[in-house]
Amino acid sequence: MSLWVDKFRPKTLDDLHYHEGLSARLKSLAASGDFPHMLFYGPSGAGKKTRISCTLRQLFGSGVERLKIDQRVFLSPSKRKLEINIVQSNYHIEITPSEAGNYDRVVIQELLKEIAQTQQVDLNAKQRFKVVVINEADSLSRDAQAALRRTMEKYMSNMRIILCANSTSRLIAPIKSRCLLMRVAAPTPEEMQTVLHHVAKKLKFDLPDDASKQIVDDSGGNLRKALLVFEALKMQSPDLSGSLAIAKPDWETYCHKVADLIVQEQSPARVMEVRAKFYELLSHCIPPTIVLKTVAERVVERVDESLKADIMHWAAFYEGRMRIGNKKIYHLEAWVVKVMSLYKASFYMLTYMSTVNDHHFCHIAFCL
Amino acid sequence: MAFFQVQSNKATPKHTADPALQPWVEKYRPKTIDDVSAQEHTVAVLRKTLTSTNLPHMLFYGPPGTGKTSTILALSRQLFGPDNFRNRVLELNASDERGISIVREKIKNFARQTPRAQMVASDGKTYPCPPYKIIILDEADSMTQDAQGALRRIMETYARITRFCLVCNYVTRIIEPLASRCSKFRFTPLDSSSTSSRLSQIATAEHVVLEPDVISALINTSSGDLRRSITYLQSASRLSASTNPPTPITAGDIQEIAGVVPDAVVHDFAKTLGVEIVGDMDVDNDGRKKTRGFDAVQAKVKELMRQGYSASQIVSQLHDIVILHPTLHARQKSICALAFAEADKAICDGADEELWILEVGLRIHKAISSDS
Repeated sequence: MSLWVDKFRPKTLDDLHYHEGLSARLKSLAASGDFPHMLFYGPSGAGKKTRISCTLRQLFGSGVERLKIDQRVFLSPSKRKLEINIVQSNYHIEITPSEAGNYDRVVIQELLKEIAQTQQVDLNAKQRFKVVVINEADSLSRDAQAALRRTMEKYMSNMRIILCANSTSRLIAPIKSRCLLMRVAAPTPEEMQTVLHHVAKKLKFDLPDDASKQIVDDSGGNLRKALLVFEALKMQSPDLSGSLAIAKPDWETYCHKVADLIVQEQSPARVMEVRAKFYELLSHCIPPTIVLKTVAERVVERVDESLKADIMHWAAFYEGRMRIGNKKIYHLEAWVVKVMSLYKASFYMLTYMSTVNDHHFCHIAFCL
Repeated sequence: MAFFQVQSNKATPKHTADPALQPWVEKYRPKTIDDVSAQEHTVAVLRKTLTSTNLPHMLFYGPPGTGKTSTILALSRQLFGPDNFRNRVLELNASDERGISIVREKIKNFARQTPRAQMVASDGKTYPCPPYKIIILDEADSMTQDAQGALRRIMETYARITRFCLVCNYVTRIIEPLASRCSKFRFTPLDSSSTSSRLSQIATAEHVVLEPDVISALINTSSGDLRRSITYLQSASRLSASTNPPTPITAGDIQEIAGVVPDAVVHDFAKTLGVEIVGDMDVDNDGRKKTRGFDAVQAKVKELMRQGYSASQIVSQLHDIVILHPTLHARQKSICALAFAEADKAICDGADEELWILEVGLRIHKAISSDS
């Protein structure tokens, strides 16, 4: 009994629902025998991984689905042992180098050289090369990316690399110029609805239109999230009719609560309260960036138009600081204090202005 | 032409790559220094060394894809010929381990051995084959300071029998003592005429039909980087050849491959920010609408992010629109430029893309609506 997301994940390029142009391209590329290095990028839940696995299947046939998980040990330059999980089949190998942290360069170099220097032994294999799938390629360190450069050109005959990333901003230009870029955009609401209806049809029940619309609106372009929510809803109320309450995740409501606290009152005591809440969120492993973004978006909804730009500015500013810095809570808190002082200042400014106006008015009245 | 094929077979006996599957960048690497596109000055100097058989230590620097590595490889081919190439030239790059220990052992060992003179080449040609070796340190700017420091003495001690060639993008990352030991050659980004002649040359060799607007799209997206434009060309031709029947390459294909955000999307975003696009078909009369506030910008940014465009690409294209804009005045442009610079830095540092695109958008919006 697997989740619907996995159960109904398309297996072949023909099954994919949207981005037909992209699927056709992938299919013809896989058929041509002259397969380039590729870089898939797009927001999460848009279907990058699904497309990669479909392409692999198109390349090698169903053999790619027989996976085994290996644990490999690499030695860092300082002789520390790194244990990395590797998913592989006879034809491809999949790694998530961010597991290796700072030593990802070692892992990339060793692994790629090893694969590049061995040829495909299986005579029945459709292709002469093996494929290396690198997930979360945008979190590769600069060193590791530099190490990829030459390897990608040199061992082209034995190996192809498929990179999967959320954005290309953090990849160095030489890597981008060596890959065929494949942008996987998030599906449009209509496309998502078709997918939901498709799943419902497979399970032989009816999905009311307004229910699917509600799910799609809530998911923000993330198909995986939409399917998960859909399954949860189906568990809650089997007939999916009437008003559905899509349960927001706990952390999201919690973040909203924090935002409300900030807007309601601005005082040192309130900062302490907010700080406690932030600690709670962080200790539940909610990434600080997401916390900051969610809170900021909520705060922005509830303040005056003139303040919105400033609040987002400081959110961006402190988010950047947070990446460079070490201790996340400082920056979260600094942002809160900043927002509170901005809010208060604008509030005072308004009242001040009005008093000045009153005063002025009295003065004029007095003169008269 | 025959001798080149012999050579390439000998150089790579292990990887018997099918030439059809080879990247075009490798396939069409210049074989002699006269083939190198543009860079007339450098080539003129190096051609002298072919006759005089004396070579200084060299430092090649310049942006990627301008032919630095190709030049030195072609030069050493011409100096030594295919037979001696392997024992006279050592090429190290960033994918090889290059810490201080490698400098101490590998480079030192290689530098130490005196070369044997072997004048007769197997293919019947005579090569100058001067009595020294060449060590090419590719991507030298990613070497550590310590490793560079260790090179200093080695370069001098073995100067009689070895010549070093450092290849790098940023000359400032090479420590001063090393730079002063080398004669420097600057490689400039390729001008569009030499890029287009090279591209059409490759296209005819590969039987690809290239329209003039495709070539100009290639040149625009690659900004002087020949390797990048060749790679794009190859990808595009792969895509077009793989469909049945083959479709001609269009400029749009090139833009999609290069990861460029379509102009329409960027213009739309710019309009939301209040930047008027000149030369647009529908210069609408209600362009002065002031209702486009925070929410509109935020919604637009969310949409862009859902489309999966890369933030740095959006920033750089928006930058071109704003900075080259004919009617905005200098003060507005400077405020925008500041916003772009900060955002670029933040995105490079790995900050959240949505927040920063929003930030850039809001600042431009403010700058433009404040005093216009």
